[in-house]
Amino acid sequence: MMEDKRLCYSHLDSIRDTAGKLAGSVTLMEICGGHTNVIMKYGIRKLLPDNVRLISGPGCPVCVASQYDIDCVIELAGRGVPVATYGDMMRVPGSVKSLDGAKAEGGRVFEVYSTTEVIKIREKHPDIIFFGVGFETTSPMSAFLISNDIPVFSVHKLVPPAIKALLAEGAAGITGFIDPGHVSTIIGAKAYRDIKSPQVISGFTPEQVLRSVSILLELIVDCREEVINCYPEAVSEEGNEGALELLASRFKVADSSWRGLGVLPDSGLEVRDEGLDARLIHQDILSGVAEPLKTGCMCGQVLKGLLEPNQCPLYRKECTPTDPKGACMVSEEGGCAIYYRYGK
Amino acid sequence: MCYAVPARVLGLSGNDARVDYGGVVKTVNVSLIEDLAVDDYVLVHAGFAIEKLSRKSAEESLALIAQMMWSGKV
Repeated sequence: MMEDKRLCYSHLDSIRDTAGKLAGSVTLMEICGGHTNVIMKYGIRKLLPDNVRLISGPGCPVCVASQYDIDCVIELAGRGVPVATYGDMMRVPGSVKSLDGAKAEGGRVFEVYSTTEVIKIREKHPDIIFFGVGFETTSPMSAFLISNDIPVFSVHKLVPPAIKALLAEGAAGITGFIDPGHVSTIIGAKAYRDIKSPQVISGFTPEQVLRSVSILLELIVDCREEVINCYPEAVSEEGNEGALELLASRFKVADSSWRGLGVLPDSGLEVRDEGLDARLIHQDILSGVAEPLKTGCMCGQVLKGLLEPNQCPLYRKECTPTDPKGACMVSEEGGCAIYYRYGK
Repeated sequence: MCYAVPARVLGLSGNDARVDYGGVVKTVNVSLIEDLAVDDYVLVHAGFAIEKLSRKSAEESLALIAQMMWSGKV
């Protein structure tokens, strides 16, 4: 721990030195909600020089699920289809109610920690479907269920296409990225090699995050558009090849709709086997789900780094963790919930 | 949601392993990992081990990164 503290100070010295060599100011985006949490919890933004700005990105999978997809699953639960999903999804507001609400009205909705539990639930509810949410870290667990003949409603998303989309849009003026640690455990450092921007893959302790910021600034000063793996204890160049094979065997890459970013090409995972794709199995029910109406929620801009959570007019007023109006206030890793927790 | 926690493998049985998170012992699925042995450290996410933590290579790489930073050439 003392060693960590000493290293943190040393990294901060390096950060100040390197920031002094910058021509102007830089904006670094941390993609992962786990990183946002560490950065806010330890007040890292305040420790950085004035010309180094950290902004949060679209790295909360619950937050980037589209409102329409959420409405679809709530409709299925309301129409008697048994649905299992992770706890994070239960309270996300749909246009009318949440999955929690559907459960309170008698819907068969099951909150699980691990997809292995869904196999047990199937014994009593043979028509159970799994609402699969998450980035590459989490999608292999849904692939495991498909291998066990359990249908999945996939809103699984891929991180590299989102980074490319944010770069192409250019609105937030991002100079470099802190790539997610555990997504990278699965996809490997190679997955970012074709992205034209300085990037670091980071672990999740304050020391690891500061180390990554320091190295990212070095890359920026040297104008090097490449990725450095600063989390080698958990991330290899190739990733987890077994998990990638399982993913490729059960899912195909498809266009996907992101809250805030819209439909991004080749940015999501679709179930390969049509007989195990809950979207197709329950097409008759889902054809009646309407496109959701717009609310005053600014989650979209928050996810793109264009607004800080406390710049949304609903933040801390109509929208709080106990009565969330948008997905970013629900999930533990949502930017708005993290700001709220640490008193911004 | 993508958070993963390190744990030590206590015992293996088919696709399952008993792992110790520093006092709390749980059973997790290890089908995504090859060549796992007792006393290995794994990263666990949502009930599945997603990677074996490789201490030696991590230490070597970290030393390298530190050295490069010191010389100002990452």
